[in-house]
Amino acid sequence: LPSAASRDQRATAAANAANAATPATPATVTTGLVLTQLLNGLQLGVLLFLLASGLTLVFGIMSVVNLAHGSLYMMGAYFAAAAFNAFGGSFLAAAVAAVGGTLLLGLVVERLVLSTLYRRDHLDQVLATFGLILFFNEVVRFIWGPASVYMNAPEWLRGTVDLFGLPYPSYRFAIIAVGLAVGAGLYVVIHRTRVGMLIRAGASNPEMVSALGVNIRGLNTTVFALGAALAGLAGLMAGPIVSVQSGMGEPVLILTLVVIVTGGIGSIRGAFYGALIVGIVDTVGRAFLPTLLREFLERSVAQAVGPALASMLIYLLMAAVLALKPQGLFPVRHG
Amino acid sequence: MTGRPTPLALVARAAAALALGAVALAAHAQQPIKIGFVAELSGPQGALGQDQYDAFMMVVERNGGKLGGVPVQVLREDSQLKPDVATQIVQKLIERENVPIITGITFSNIMMAVHGPITSKEVFLIGSNAGPAPIAGARCSPYQFITSWQNDNQAEVVGRYATDKGYKRVIGMAPNYQAGKDFVAGFKRMYKGEIIDEIYTPLNQPDFSAELAQVAAKNPDAVYVFYPGGLGVNFVRQYQQAGLLGRIPLLSSSTTDGSTLPAQKETALGVISGTFWGPDFDNPSNRRFVSEFEAKFNRIPSQYAAQSYDAALLLDSAIAKVNGNVADKAAFRAALKAADFQSVRGKFKFGTNHFPVQDQHIFEVAKDAKGRVSLKTIATPLKDHVDAYAADCKM
Repeated sequence: LPSAASRDQRATAAANAANAATPATPATVTTGLVLTQLLNGLQLGVLLFLLASGLTLVFGIMSVVNLAHGSLYMMGAYFAAAAFNAFGGSFLAAAVAAVGGTLLLGLVVERLVLSTLYRRDHLDQVLATFGLILFFNEVVRFIWGPASVYMNAPEWLRGTVDLFGLPYPSYRFAIIAVGLAVGAGLYVVIHRTRVGMLIRAGASNPEMVSALGVNIRGLNTTVFALGAALAGLAGLMAGPIVSVQSGMGEPVLILTLVVIVTGGIGSIRGAFYGALIVGIVDTVGRAFLPTLLREFLERSVAQAVGPALASMLIYLLMAAVLALKPQGLFPVRHG
Repeated sequence: MTGRPTPLALVARAAAALALGAVALAAHAQQPIKIGFVAELSGPQGALGQDQYDAFMMVVERNGGKLGGVPVQVLREDSQLKPDVATQIVQKLIERENVPIITGITFSNIMMAVHGPITSKEVFLIGSNAGPAPIAGARCSPYQFITSWQNDNQAEVVGRYATDKGYKRVIGMAPNYQAGKDFVAGFKRMYKGEIIDEIYTPLNQPDFSAELAQVAAKNPDAVYVFYPGGLGVNFVRQYQQAGLLGRIPLLSSSTTDGSTLPAQKETALGVISGTFWGPDFDNPSNRRFVSEFEAKFNRIPSQYAAQSYDAALLLDSAIAKVNGNVADKAAFRAALKAADFQSVRGKFKFGTNHFPVQDQHIFEVAKDAKGRVSLKTIATPLKDHVDAYAADCKM
């Protein structure tokens, strides 16, 4: 039953479409809009992939639940912003600082904190890495203050690209490109190099790998630092679009955990597809569910239920995956 | 020296003794007045509370640790955005420290938690930020004095501005919680055109790409948003990056202010917002405030600093009026109500519910004379505006 308000809305929309110079009709779902939303989903997906790949490797190989992964993302964003502001808006300097800084930070954290936790149970690891979250949140607040800090995209990526009559930010295309490039790079490293072979072997049977005389300690440190650098890269890429502030890592960490549970823990392939699925389901749900509900429900009810349901969607997806395929959609292939 | 003191020395000693006694007496009379300062001072929200504290202390320090000529002792407390913590702090301040005055209070949910415990003990509450509807209306108290605004004001002024500009179709956007809905409702109260859509996003959602694509597709005359703090930084950057900022006017409340502009910088140029005060106000009190604040903290003061600066000036004037005797509650209340100080907003007057009756202005984000991104006053749609709840307040 359409309410008076939504009838008015359609009438105005129709009147506007008649007056508008562009052929695209506002307030309806057009190809351009669907495509834009799919791109938005893809962009969120590749950003999540950068985080999920590191987290899933650390979990798969070292069997460590690293809740501080979101903090490494935050530190990456802060390193990037600090270098960006110090070097007169140089994005290159920001990239070097973010990736290099988190790589080093990853090495230090692995040596100082995580290496003492490998033989402890998961609860101890969760407590210790949760402590790291609090620690890093306070550190950035102490150094950079409680307000969020400034960061912007490189000059040549600040414009928009026209996509079926709708503007799309160039910078988000850049995020997609970087994410896909990293995905391809990881594929090559993991499937075509010796380190990659050890990583794969470590993910499926760590005891056997160490029994064969591989320096598992060195492998752990390498993997953790690599994961940290990827989280830092995600922080760098997110810096210009989200507010760089204390605590920015936690909401992202939750999404990342959903990704690796959905995709299958320990598997890069799972992280990749899981991230894309979560990114697209979340974005498309947020974009179209409230509009869709308005077709069936009162406007006010749809306004209340729509956003709530849309934000639950990925958790429902995760629950369904856990019920039907507890190993995740793309689990590590053993043996 | 002889054994017998000369008469001159005797007189001198007597004078010295008298003088010492007088000093001791004065010291006794000048017991510092304890003032509880409660605000959000940690976490991501800490920026607002810090501004409130810095501006308040700037007045105290400028006056040599005194307000109204009487030494004051400011007890700084962090309420951590937790109503239960805030309630405990307030109880401690009142029962153990015996404070006669509590100021600060950043968030509305904290205000709702501490308002009763403070005012029922007949302790003066000088609120310098939060102004939720209940305490402006039915639950008001004669012991409250709010130097900021009633929450709806900052949305109402933007609604009136949208009407004045002749915008016919507007999309409202806010986080999905009580304040978000209140701001959109406040906007609608004074906006005569049509709200073609209301979009509420989860409070922890940092990315607005999906919603911005919807906005671009619907192509409204303007967009009204309430995204405080870090959310505002996210939203404005993404709105600008999506190429919408030059195309669809962005009207806002609490989204581009002194706390978020340093992180938004030129991405926010052109954003419209509404509130009671801007750093470009040309009156002596404001010029002094802005120049001293900038010299001391090396940043443009936010409205949160301005509100709290006025709270300190208000206390300064009222404590002077009662000669430091804040225990005479009726006299002190009358002195506060008189609001006899030079506000940074030019003029200042309390309404019947002890909220300010004041002009509400519209600001555009623009570069100031020094080339910094700041707020520029462009219109004053509401003059001597009284909030919508004052009539329900019976004192």
